Amino acid sequence: MNFDDTPQEAEFRATARAWIGANAPKQYEDELRKSSLGRTVLKNANILEVAKAWQKKKADAGWACLHWPKEYGGRGSSPIERVIWQQEEGPFGQLSRMFIIGHGMCGPTMMAFAREEHKRTYLPPLASGEKVWCQLFSEPAGGSDVAGLRTRAEKDGDDWIINGQKIWTSGAHYSDFGILLTRTDPTVPKHKGLTMFFLDMKSPGVEVRPIKQASGASDFNEVYFTNVRIPDHQRLGEVGDGWNVSLTTLMNERSAIGAAVSTGFPELFEYCSSLMLDDGPAIEDRAVRSKLANWAVKASGLKYTSMRAISALSKGERPGPENSIGKLVAGSMIQDVATYALDLQGASGVVSGEDAELAGRFQAMLLRAPGTRVEGGTDEIMRNIIAERVLGLPGDIRVDKDMPFNKIPTKGRG
Amino acid sequence: MNFDFSDDQKQLRDQARKFLAEKCSPKAVRVVLDGKAPYDKELWKGLAEMGFLGVAIPEEFGGAGAGHLELCVIAEEMGRANAPVPFSSTVYLAGEALLIAGSDAQKKKWLPAIASGEAIGTLALFEGKGNPSPKNIKLTAANGVLNGVKKPVADGAIADFAVVAARTGSSGRDSDIALFLVDLKAAGVEVKSLTNLDPTRGQAEISFKDCKAEPLGAAGEGWSTLSQMLDRAAVLCAFEQVGGSDRALEMGRDYALDRIAFGRQIGSFQAVKHMLADMYVSATLARSNSYYGAWALSTNAAELPEAAAAARISATQAFQHCAKNNIQVHGGMGFTWEFDCHMYYRRANAMALGLGSLTYWEDQLIDRMRKKNAA
Repeated sequence: MNFDDTPQEAEFRATARAWIGANAPKQYEDELRKSSLGRTVLKNANILEVAKAWQKKKADAGWACLHWPKEYGGRGSSPIERVIWQQEEGPFGQLSRMFIIGHGMCGPTMMAFAREEHKRTYLPPLASGEKVWCQLFSEPAGGSDVAGLRTRAEKDGDDWIINGQKIWTSGAHYSDFGILLTRTDPTVPKHKGLTMFFLDMKSPGVEVRPIKQASGASDFNEVYFTNVRIPDHQRLGEVGDGWNVSLTTLMNERSAIGAAVSTGFPELFEYCSSLMLDDGPAIEDRAVRSKLANWAVKASGLKYTSMRAISALSKGERPGPENSIGKLVAGSMIQDVATYALDLQGASGVVSGEDAELAGRFQAMLLRAPGTRVEGGTDEIMRNIIAERVLGLPGDIRVDKDMPFNKIPTKGRG
Repeated sequence: MNFDFSDDQKQLRDQARKFLAEKCSPKAVRVVLDGKAPYDKELWKGLAEMGFLGVAIPEEFGGAGAGHLELCVIAEEMGRANAPVPFSSTVYLAGEALLIAGSDAQKKKWLPAIASGEAIGTLALFEGKGNPSPKNIKLTAANGVLNGVKKPVADGAIADFAVVAARTGSSGRDSDIALFLVDLKAAGVEVKSLTNLDPTRGQAEISFKDCKAEPLGAAGEGWSTLSQMLDRAAVLCAFEQVGGSDRALEMGRDYALDRIAFGRQIGSFQAVKHMLADMYVSATLARSNSYYGAWALSTNAAELPEAAAAARISATQAFQHCAKNNIQVHGGMGFTWEFDCHMYYRRANAMALGLGSLTYWEDQLIDRMRKKNAA
C-alpha cells in the first residue's frame, strides 16, 4: 500500500508539471485558488476568454481532452494520466468548467454515434475550446425522468423539424453546438420513441433565455425551439434509439474521478482557525470542534475513496458505480458547512457580497449549494443508483414504462 | 498509486473470512452471548494455529512477522464475524504495548505466548467515568507496588496479564504516568466481572492492593507510549468496525430482498433503499479513512495520529449507523433476541466507547489537524 507513482506515471507527472509551470496563466492562480463553490470570478478579466485561451494553449501543445483519441484533438492518454493531469493542473482546472459538458458528454456521444466526417469536423474545435457545446436533455415536465421529454422532431424530406422547450441547459448562452434528445414517436412507450441529434445553436428558431438562479447568477438556460430545421445527417444513432444514445452520454456524466470535490470543509477549517467567538477562539470551542471533526472525516473519507478509485485506474481496473458517492456526500455537506459558517457569524451573517465577512465567501456558497444536490442527478437518484447497482436492490416501480407515451397522465391530483 | 491491499493480503482476508465463517457462526457467538462461556476457547486456539494472533509479531518472538497491513485485514474479518474472543485486548493493546516499549526479556516472555494463544493480555487504563487523560489516572505506583482500582477493563476477567497505567508523581505533567506489566494471578490482584452492553466481550473491575509490578518502558514515557498504543489500536479497531458495518449492511440488504410486504420486496421501497444506500455510504467513507490509517500505521508515518483519529471517528459512526439501521430494516424481527441484529448493535455501541468516546477522538483530531496546519 503506497501513494507512489509508477515510473511511467512519475515521468508523465513530471512532463505535465513542467509544461503547466511554464504555460499556465499564473496571474489568475491566486483568485482561482481562493474561489469556492459559487464564487469563481476573475476581477479584472472575462473568465470565458481566459478559459478559452488556456484551453487553446493546451490543445496546441497536445494537452487537451487527454482521454480522447489524437485524431479528434485529444492525447490518447490512459485514465490514470488524465487523473494525474487534473492533480497537476490544480486551480487552473477550474477554467475548464465551461467545457465539462462538451468534453465529458457531448464529445464521447459524437465519437460513438456521429459520422466519421462529422467527428473530424466538429471534435477538434470542441477539444480546443474554440467551440463550446451543451447538452439539451432536461425539460420542464421531466427532470430526473429524462425519458418523459416532449420536444417533438418530425420528418420533413431530408430534414427534421423541431418544436418544444428544454430547461436547465448549462452554458447554452455561450454554446455553439448542442446535442438534442427529441421525441419522434409519441405512440410507443416513452423510452422507445426518442431520437438524438446534434445542432448548431445559431440555427433559426433556437432561442436561449438565461435562468436567474437562487444565487443570482445565471449558469443555466431555457431553450425554445420553433420550427428549427436539422438535416438528417446530424442524427446520432437510429430513429427511435435515442434513449440508448442518451445512456452513453449519461454514463459519461459521472464526474471525472480524481477531480477535487468541493465540500466547503477546508474553507470552514481555515475560518474557524482564526475566528474569535464571544468566549474565545472558535477552534477551542467544544461544539465547534465536534462539528469540524465530523465534517473532517467526511472530507477525508471522500478524498481517500477517490484515492482508492485512482489506484484501481492505476492498475488498469475500472472503478465501479460505488464512486458516485462524492456528489451525494459533498452536496449536502457544503450546504451544511455554509449554513454553519453563517451561524458562527451571528446576525452579521445575513450580509452578503463584498460587504460581508470574507467578501461573502460562505454566503455565495450557501446560495449555490442547493444546485449541487440537483444537477446531474438528485440525491434521491444517486441513492437509487447505489441501492440498485451496488447493493442489488430492485428498481423503482415505473407505472408508465409500457404505456404509449401519449396515454401517460400529465397531471397529478386528477 | 497503489492505495489498496496487495493480492497476498486479499488472499489472507479470504482465508480469514472462510475460517471465521466456519468456526465462528452466529450460533457459536451465542454461546458466549448467553453466558455459557466467557469466550470461545476453541476459536482462540484455532486463531493461534492459523497464525492470526501473531501476524504482526516478529518471527524472533514467535510471530509470523508479516506486518500491520496483514493485521488490519484480519481485524476486519474479526469484526465481520463478531468474534467472541479477546483479540483486540490481547493483540492491539497488550501486544502493541510490548512491541513499542517492552524490554527484550519482556518481549521474549509475552509475545510468543500471545502468538501461540497461551496468554491473554489487556490494558487497564480507565478508572470509572472519563476519557483517556493523565489526570484521570489515580492508581498509584510506588517502588514497583500498585494500589488502586481499574474499571472497566476489557476482557479483564479472562486475561493472564495486564498493561497497567499508573501515577508515579504529582507534578501535573504527562511524565507522572508510567506503565507496568502485571501478572493477573499475582498476589494483591482481585478481579470482578461486570455486566456490560456486549457480553461477547467481557468487562471487569480489577483492584490492585500492594501488588508488585514490573515497569514497561522508561519512567516518564508512560503517557507517550499509551498515546501511541491508542492510535494504533484505533486503526485496528476501525477495521473491526468496518467489518461489522459491512456485515450489518449485508444483513439488512439480504432481509430487504427476502421480506415481502404490501405485495413487494421491501427493498423496492425507496425509503428502505435509501436507508441502505446511506449505510453503504457511511461504510465506504469509514473504509477509506481506515485504509489511510492502515497506510500510516504500517509505515509508521508522522500522519498516524491524525489518520488514526479520523479512522476511529469515521468507523465508529459507520458501525453505529449500520448496526442501528439494520435493525430498522428488519422491523420488529430485528428487535428480537432470536435474530442476530442486536449482536452487532451491541458490539457497535460497546466498541464506540472502548478506546475513549467520540468526544475524545474529535478533540484529538482537531488538535492534530491544527498542529499540522501550524507546521
